[in-house]
Amino acid sequence: MKAKTHFAFFDEGSKKEIRRALLKAVAIPGYQVPFASREMPIARGWGTGGLQITLSLIGKQDVLKVIDQGADESVNAVSIKKLISKTTGVRLVERTEDATLIQSRHRIPEVPLTKNQILVLQVPMPEPLRGVEASEYQTKILHSEEDYSGAWLQLFEQVMKYGKTATGADHPVYVNGRYIMAPSPIPRFDNPKLHQSDALILFGAGREKKIYAVPPYADVSSLAFDDYPFQVESFAGENCHLCGAENVFLDELEDPVTNETIYQCNDTSYCLERLNENEEAEVRKTYA
Amino acid sequence: MGYVAVKGGTKAIEASMERLTYERLKEQEIIEVETIMATMKSLIDQVMSESSLYSPFLAALAIKQAEGSMEEAVFLLRAHRSTLPRLYTSETVEPETMFVERRISASFKDIPGGQLLGATKDYTHRLLDFNLLEEDKTQITTWLKNFENNLEQTEGKVTYFPKVVDYLREEGLFETYPLNDTAPIDITKESLSFPASRSARLQVLTRGQTGAVTALGYASLRGYGQVHPTVGEVRVGRLPIHTAHPVEGSGNPEDDFYIGEIRVTEIESFVPITKKNGRNEEKLEFEIGYGICYGQNETKAIAMSILDQCLDHPEGDFPTHDEEFVLLHIDSVEATGFISHLKLPHYVTFQSKLDSVRQIKRGVSDDES
Repeated sequence: MKAKTHFAFFDEGSKKEIRRALLKAVAIPGYQVPFASREMPIARGWGTGGLQITLSLIGKQDVLKVIDQGADESVNAVSIKKLISKTTGVRLVERTEDATLIQSRHRIPEVPLTKNQILVLQVPMPEPLRGVEASEYQTKILHSEEDYSGAWLQLFEQVMKYGKTATGADHPVYVNGRYIMAPSPIPRFDNPKLHQSDALILFGAGREKKIYAVPPYADVSSLAFDDYPFQVESFAGENCHLCGAENVFLDELEDPVTNETIYQCNDTSYCLERLNENEEAEVRKTYA
Repeated sequence: MGYVAVKGGTKAIEASMERLTYERLKEQEIIEVETIMATMKSLIDQVMSESSLYSPFLAALAIKQAEGSMEEAVFLLRAHRSTLPRLYTSETVEPETMFVERRISASFKDIPGGQLLGATKDYTHRLLDFNLLEEDKTQITTWLKNFENNLEQTEGKVTYFPKVVDYLREEGLFETYPLNDTAPIDITKESLSFPASRSARLQVLTRGQTGAVTALGYASLRGYGQVHPTVGEVRVGRLPIHTAHPVEGSGNPEDDFYIGEIRVTEIESFVPITKKNGRNEEKLEFEIGYGICYGQNETKAIAMSILDQCLDHPEGDFPTHDEEFVLLHIDSVEATGFISHLKLPHYVTFQSKLDSVRQIKRGVSDDES
């Protein structure tokens, strides 16, 4: 009764089915394509959408990187990597530049992606209009009629209540001037990276059974008003206490000794890379 | 030398899994899969029903591996299920031909074929039986021998149990519908869209988490719904499953292959409704709420029959009549998965929200000063 698993867990029929949904998603940027989401050996809500995309695309030559909220070593990233490497044997890396396929939860890496890379984002709630309309049947109609007044009103209400828009992560975007899309809970800081991206960006929501995409060089703009422009998270004046990086997304920590607030790169592989570069530079200087 | 990534996550996971195995083994007791199959039938029935996979053996293995956790056992079987090839579709099963072990009606005392109580916990007094602490094999054997000696021989006589509803159909109290032979959709191969077809609805309900289906059915019955059924018929028994030859199917049911049997609970609830006739007069009629699930799980099947009927009337004002509300929230793997994902780190998303709140606070104090 012991069964051997197929390359990349799925049978080829399932992979083909998911790839067909992906092709449709690429052809209609920002449109949520329903797909027959499989039950995976990891829990629904723990990255099964992204995982299914990754497994349907991955080949023996691929080089894989998996991150969870910026970190390569976060427990769930490790767990996903373990499953993929067990069923495929592909090379796992942490350096963003070395990867051909990157599965990520809630971050787009700091290093700009290239046209030879595919970024797969895990999505918990694919429907950007869910906050204003609970019914899936209704939101489908709203999208088809391009009736986005609800999404705009939500932002407007925030302006009225708080004096500015108060979105956290998952700030909705307009894709290719047609569909409003949930960029998955990436911080607002990462939203601009979706615009005219060199890399193909795919989104997978396993529990909600939806796949969508931002193809390379597509226009993506974050929802905002002319007089209340879109704003990313501000880390003005702060930098990484390890590598000194500025203009990156930072984690806020408390120094256990001084009890002061310190900041650190959220993208762990980027930080590591910089630390090594800094060290090499220092070594060169010392010996020069 | 340079800096290298700290392999904290990998190490932590490995240690955690080792600890998990230790917790499972530390009492040095082993439960055999066969023991689970023989002594925990209700648990197996629930696991098979919620996983949509009929295999008492695999369910027992899942229960052993999950250390008795329902959600975990269902999760294991579902994940296993999605790796299985689906080679054939069975022929339609007619539960009227069920090999009945238990069959009762709450609507009529004298149903054709009679009431057959079968094995039920309904009338046991729920007092902890401390004698079970000292149960042994010889006791069991003696008991079984006595029981078997007292059984009456029926010599090949098979009683046929007609459906209770047929009796009422003849009287014109239920509408007679033509058979619907549309191929059912498979909700595990096609994502659910709304309005959902009845076949999709019944599939979601039958694999629903027992507790969730029961809770929503109860809510509807108690006040948050408009369905007040009488249980027309409860059937528990075994159904033979046949499949036609995949290539050379003759269309003749006689040529079908018998591939085994499944044990199910089937419920037909009678629900009075008012309908308008041709002259716009209101008349009272009955409709059926249908419930069925693997194994013996009567509470779930009855709750399912209530929800089936609720969803047939989307005009109802209550959430139990809203198909998205009911069908999208009762799946064990989906519900437990999403609830438990809240344990994952949300550092980035929280930082983003924190930034937003701080900006607003700063904005407000700027305005005040």
